[in-house]
Amino acid sequence: MMFETLATYVIALCLLVGAIFSLVGSIGLLKFKDSMTRLHAPTKVGTVGVGSLLAASMLYSYVFGGGWSIHELLIMAFLFVTAPISANFIAKVVIHKKTCDTPPPPAKDETWSTLDVPEEDRDVSVANEIEAS
Amino acid sequence: MTKVFRWLFPHPFLTLLLTVVWVLLQNSVTSGMVVFGLILGIIIPRATAVWWPDRPINFRLLPMIPYVIMVMWDILIANVQVAWIVLTRPNSKLRPAWVVIPLELKHPEAISILAGTITLTPGTVSADMSNEGHSLLVHALDAPDPDEVRDQIKNRYERRLMEIFT
Repeated sequence: MMFETLATYVIALCLLVGAIFSLVGSIGLLKFKDSMTRLHAPTKVGTVGVGSLLAASMLYSYVFGGGWSIHELLIMAFLFVTAPISANFIAKVVIHKKTCDTPPPPAKDETWSTLDVPEEDRDVSVANEIEAS
Repeated sequence: MTKVFRWLFPHPFLTLLLTVVWVLLQNSVTSGMVVFGLILGIIIPRATAVWWPDRPINFRLLPMIPYVIMVMWDILIANVQVAWIVLTRPNSKLRPAWVVIPLELKHPEAISILAGTITLTPGTVSADMSNEGHSLLVHALDAPDPDEVRDQIKNRYERRLMEIFT
């Protein structure tokens, strides 16, 4: 009985931590003013926020659901593998559309791969017009 | 013997990974599931070996474990720091910056892991690579000193990854 009470508190704590980090991530998304800084907010939700919610789920199914549930590890692994990729794509779009500060030139090569496009494609205003029409 | 082993396991780490993923998907660690996962882990790398242009690289699993634990810990610490920045720092006092990281890592796999680590640790997002793949562009949320961020990433993560991917 004692163990179950303790587990309930730990689960509640995990849920609370996850909820708080998700909230902070959303506040950051609203608060920051340009797309590059906004990109930083969801990484918190994706790591500690979802991570501690999944930890609560694992603990719950161990104590009250009868037996280990290991699906959550897989969710976490896939999330950790895919989150950087979507962040990277958003960053590439922002760099391509030039809605952020121009990044400094790379240390070793000539240019960044997103900016390394044929001359006729470099004018982003054309792409923006096509998108708008 | 080694030839047979090479043919059966063109990518031993992928075999291991597929087996583990299969067992996790089934949500039960029984011998039947492990054997079936192993069968999948042999068939899939064998069937897709044509599309792996390079031989699997030398990869040391053992130093990977402390690396993962260290990254998890860093994620926790950095999360709290960034949450604090979000809640207390007004936008005008934020100092976002681009950080350029010259890479010493050569393997695409190792660079992917480094870029993923940088994005997962809050406060930094890896944004782009240079056209020849020798530099990484990182955006930092609040970096009064971009050089410090660069040195930290190089010393803390890249150096360790150099040891893992020999």
